[in-house]
Amino acid sequence: MITEGKAFKYGDNVDTDVIIPARYLNTFDPGALAEHCMEDIDPSFTGSVRPGDIIVAGNNFGCGSSREHAPLAIKACGVPCVIAGTFARIFYRNAINMGLSIIECPEAAAGISAGDQVAVDLEKGIIQNNTTGKTYATKPFPLFLRRIIDAGGLLNAIREDIL
Amino acid sequence: MGMTMTQKILAKHAGLAAVEAGELIEAKLDLVLGNDITAPIAITELEKAGLEKVFDPSKIVLVMDHFMPNKDIESAQLCKQCRGFAGKHAIAHFFDVGEMGVEHALLPERGMVGPGEVVIGADSHTCTYGALGAFSTGVGSTDMACGMASGKLWFKVPPAIKFHLTGKPAKWVGGKDVILSIIGQIGVDGALYKSMEFTGEGLQNLTVEDRLCMANMAIEAGGKNGIFEVDDVTRAYLKDRRAKPYEVYTADADAEYDAVYEIDLSTIQPVVALPHLPANVVPAAEADDRAIDQVVIGSCTNGRIEDMRAAAGVLRGRRVKKGVRCIIVPATQAVYRQAMDEGLFTVFLDAGCAISTPTCGPCMGGHMGILAEGERCVSTTNRNFVGRMGHLTSEIILAGPAVAAASAVLGRVGVPGELS
Repeated sequence: MITEGKAFKYGDNVDTDVIIPARYLNTFDPGALAEHCMEDIDPSFTGSVRPGDIIVAGNNFGCGSSREHAPLAIKACGVPCVIAGTFARIFYRNAINMGLSIIECPEAAAGISAGDQVAVDLEKGIIQNNTTGKTYATKPFPLFLRRIIDAGGLLNAIREDIL
Repeated sequence: MGMTMTQKILAKHAGLAAVEAGELIEAKLDLVLGNDITAPIAITELEKAGLEKVFDPSKIVLVMDHFMPNKDIESAQLCKQCRGFAGKHAIAHFFDVGEMGVEHALLPERGMVGPGEVVIGADSHTCTYGALGAFSTGVGSTDMACGMASGKLWFKVPPAIKFHLTGKPAKWVGGKDVILSIIGQIGVDGALYKSMEFTGEGLQNLTVEDRLCMANMAIEAGGKNGIFEVDDVTRAYLKDRRAKPYEVYTADADAEYDAVYEIDLSTIQPVVALPHLPANVVPAAEADDRAIDQVVIGSCTNGRIEDMRAAAGVLRGRRVKKGVRCIIVPATQAVYRQAMDEGLFTVFLDAGCAISTPTCGPCMGGHMGILAEGERCVSTTNRNFVGRMGHLTSEIILAGPAVAAASAVLGRVGVPGELS
């Protein structure tokens, strides 16, 4: 799957409290969460993000709380992919389990600026910055993780095993 | 090649003779934990997937602690959903108002976690139980759902960083000062994807409460887990709590570590982490003298009886400074009762503190102590991220209970030694 959109750029240590503040965790309705996505780091995000746009950030993206509401909120905004230098480990698992594509690529994270038009080939792991013309190749997911993503998330994969 | 403590536990639970860092394994789970925020998603996902049975009702724990006692209709609905699920599946370890406590204080206190076990929890501070020599780590709701259904989960075997502890902490220095000092040194992603293993002769000078507080904050360094070598202090703690036999794992002499840090506990000072990262650590005595508005003493990091005693030790015979709101949150019903029986509540009330029923509320900006615009709070919790406790412009300064109590009296960040 190839996706293309505008990049929203953030720095290091974007924590799950700013991705979706705890004051909104009294629900897990994706639409309600999407209304407050990134609110405490970028109040203009929800007003300007369009389906297909991507988030690009520095190191340790998604640190902090284990709330699955964070990848859920990002996905519900229509963002198909997050590119970062590194991801915090719980967010990394949660994103895969929820079917939000994530790519660890320090070079792309550093080289993409806010507002750049970026195309991502999720299967091949290729990131193309159409604004600067630069291309970044990353390692695609190993087979067992692709199976989870292809099954539509971890629960569906397990269901195939159990039932 | 030898294995670390974490690797040995994971190998055993995966049915393998040995594992190495980077290897992907599937491990059997001894306990699966969730709370009123994360469990409802897991329950909904399970039901959506048509998975009607849990692997073992006795190995699932549900603690209603985050928005409890319920703060609004939505959070009441979430708890109601958990209550219904617990009833339907005969989950005995369901903790509701009147019994519940902050989950990571409650489980060790009740002897629900033992050394050598594998525990997952849909809460990032599940890493707390490493204090007892277990492998325990935070996961999301989907992993929790899968754990509840199958009793298994996949893991990537982590590499490790070793912290070799020596010496004895000075007066008013506790586990919080030690772990904040370590995070200040290695950074908020200094242990990313790794296990933090604590060992050395200095361990004997750290209580189980100190260790629970330290393991709790492994996640604030990005760690997958924090784990302490089991010793006589651990065994004494477990003696009256844990009837079930347990297995103790120690690291091999030739286990590989990505880094080894020597920590002399006698050199650790009372410290604070300034906004907005737990790694912004400075000596508490050197923090600025700007006024503070609130102090919170509680949470899964520092809401145990020892923390209550440390706070009361500072507050005894003193008053919270006018204009500062000091909120004490004993983490469990047992801590609450013990603090009351020991007369600590009289100390807190005489000092002008409010005492709350157990809840996670203020720590994550849920309820029971939200900050207004520009307000500053000294808190014994574990995160000082932007907006974590309330308004976007509010500020959190992380500290141990002694520094937090001293700050409440001084009306600014300070240390007990400053009080007359």
